[in-house]
Amino acid sequence: MTHQLMTTYLNESLLPYFFCPGCGHGMIVDHLNAALVKLQLDPHKVVIVTDIGCSGLADKYFATNAFHGLHGRSVTYATGIKLADPELKLIVLMGDGGCGIGGHHLINAARRNIGVAVVVFNNFNYGMTGGEHSVTTPPGGLTSSTPLGQLEQPMDICQTVAVNGASFVARATSFDKDLPDLLSTAIQNDGFSLVDIWELCTAYYVPNNRFSKSLLERTLTELNFPTGIIRQEVRPEYSRAYRQSVAAEAGKTAMPSRPIQPKYESHLERRMGIVIAGAAGKKINSAATLLCRGAVLAGLWATQRNDYPVTVKSGHSVAEVILAPTEVGYTGISKPEVILLLFKEGLASVRSQLAAMTENDLLVINRELLPLKTEARLIPIDFKATGRFANKKEYWAMIALAKLLIEVQVYPLEAIKEAVSARSEFAEDNLVAIEVGIAL
Amino acid sequence: MRELINGAQAIVRAAIHSGCNFFAGYPITPATDILLYMIRELPKVGGIAIQAEDEIASMGFCIGAAMTGKRVMTATSGPGISLYSENIGLAIMGEVPMVIVDVQRMGPATGGATTVAQGDIQFLRWGTSGGYPVIVLSPTNVAECYRLTCQAFDLAERFRVPVFLATDKETALTLATVDIEAFTALPVRERVDAPVEAEFIPYRVTAADEVPALSPYGGAHFLRFTTSTHDEHGQLTKSPDKVRVLNERLAAKLEAHRDEIAMVKAELQVGAETMVISYGVTARAVQGAIATARESDRSVSALTIYSLWPVPEKEIKAALRGIRRVIVPELNLGQYRLEVERLAPDGVEVEGINRVDGELISPQEILEQGGLL
Repeated sequence: MTHQLMTTYLNESLLPYFFCPGCGHGMIVDHLNAALVKLQLDPHKVVIVTDIGCSGLADKYFATNAFHGLHGRSVTYATGIKLADPELKLIVLMGDGGCGIGGHHLINAARRNIGVAVVVFNNFNYGMTGGEHSVTTPPGGLTSSTPLGQLEQPMDICQTVAVNGASFVARATSFDKDLPDLLSTAIQNDGFSLVDIWELCTAYYVPNNRFSKSLLERTLTELNFPTGIIRQEVRPEYSRAYRQSVAAEAGKTAMPSRPIQPKYESHLERRMGIVIAGAAGKKINSAATLLCRGAVLAGLWATQRNDYPVTVKSGHSVAEVILAPTEVGYTGISKPEVILLLFKEGLASVRSQLAAMTENDLLVINRELLPLKTEARLIPIDFKATGRFANKKEYWAMIALAKLLIEVQVYPLEAIKEAVSARSEFAEDNLVAIEVGIAL
Repeated sequence: MRELINGAQAIVRAAIHSGCNFFAGYPITPATDILLYMIRELPKVGGIAIQAEDEIASMGFCIGAAMTGKRVMTATSGPGISLYSENIGLAIMGEVPMVIVDVQRMGPATGGATTVAQGDIQFLRWGTSGGYPVIVLSPTNVAECYRLTCQAFDLAERFRVPVFLATDKETALTLATVDIEAFTALPVRERVDAPVEAEFIPYRVTAADEVPALSPYGGAHFLRFTTSTHDEHGQLTKSPDKVRVLNERLAAKLEAHRDEIAMVKAELQVGAETMVISYGVTARAVQGAIATARESDRSVSALTIYSLWPVPEKEIKAALRGIRRVIVPELNLGQYRLEVERLAPDGVEVEGINRVDGELISPQEILEQGGLL
């Protein structure tokens, strides 16, 4: 250890504490200081993160790093700091209020076993806003927002995090003499720790309930809430586990470019909107991307917009492709030049576009979907007569695209064949499908 | 050489080229792709990317990591920005350099998850309590997703403030053909931490518009960060003099440096009395419309705004000289039109073309409704 012997981690010039007379907070801060002195941590490597509430005033007394954040979110800041720098010691100070509003973060920090030690200043009510009830207010407890007594079951903070994977969990009262030992064990634990410390709020809970140290201890017994170490186990700490799990990725090229060098020629003079309307799982989007890649190989500019329901394996799948001799700006297609209507699931999505088409436009259609009222020139395809692809519907889009490129001089077939070949997966079958489309 | 690429991929590439090494996010259409790419790609450059338990934690993780010196980004859509709100305020208050991507979808509430919209433009500016300024950049296409993400990181470093990239479903998820020169990285602004030898007072400055140097957690000094009004030491204070100095500086550090932030593209035509002002995906339809209008000898000027907030007031006013009629097409009910209206001289008509049905505004609509045919 490089730093000098630490006799205190408190900024003595700011003492005495600003807490109410008899409040447990000052006792807990003293215990925490004693724990830090015992551990002799480098204060530059300690970050005290506080929540909102009276306990949130505590970080100012520590001559360490400090982060005072939003109500209930202290564990998230501590998690971010720990993830970024596993060498730091993170200590979160929060009240029972923070455990309520931020309970979700406590559960998830426990699940991750992130290396953060949470110290709960649990005095059963909101001391900073006027003594309202919290998630830990005992049954019948009188608070400003439960003037006739608390009806809700108190949350067992310890069991909540223990059952979700916290590697060190303990409960104590601010009066416990061995609290510094318990806190130092919690801070030393390489993982998520929580110590739930029961204490007195002399501003509200004590006067409202004639509460006292002995009643606090009786409440623990009545609720059957255990004290001392509740759970202690060795489990990988998240910030280090993450680094281990991704170690093999280091040095690989991130977001590599897949540049396409135009090498074919297209005589397309005007922007062309091509809609491929099909069904989920039939490689509609993949075929559309290959159409685009072929187009870029042929010196064109392409865009592709996909539409499908959130249930990705059912319903329609529609890809809208625009090919143009210059850069494509606006990507809407109100009237396509071409629709490939392959499956009935796609019909509803293209109805208005179908209605807008004229005799100058082209509808390549699965003949099973005929008859269909349209002005467009029809090219029906009998997919049942495509031999090996009769029942392989995921190749129908590629067959139809080949047929389109034969019928309309968009760009050379070699370009889409090259695009298909560049993608090894399914390349062989796709190339055969193209030949089948050409032969139709 | 060209590339088929969408806005989400361009944003991720730009983030990595800008030195981003920490990302936290929560799945939400249409921003999920950015989360997934970051989780896959950041470890390759030694970075950390994590799916948080919710949007609030996404922001919390990023803010914590930023204060250790990481360059951080998160990405979400409108409903997620709602949940980011309180932490946006904390990032303003504590002066956290961070980039927040909003892939806009149709609101309000869950709205249309896969539907394009520009409905968050005022929300991003006023999205947290107090009314303090942030920076909002908005790319019109995929190439600009790259460039403006790089600039967002640069401005976040420069001003220690959340910088938003306001994009949309159409730009983020539609594949486009882009010349690969568009993906040339901008120079990355090195962070200059507070000097190691000198005393470090976290929020001490010598000028009313100054951005204090950071000394990250784990470094040479003690760093105090707080969500509360604070003095230069980062200690809570209610002293009116200290509170005023802090709060005025949070605004002045951006307001006094608008010139470093303002980004517009003016395409002015001599003699034109009509101007179309646009941003984001809608600007692409405007480009098509003005090209058509000019082909048929209609005079029309256009102004594309890349830095929506702070409003580039000087640039807008300059562009409006000689203009009698302004058209502001937007995929909302007229949010940025409010800014144009307050800047337009008396007698200048300001009209909107607005769609909130999930369809893009087309060049034809701009020509027709703008009287440019």
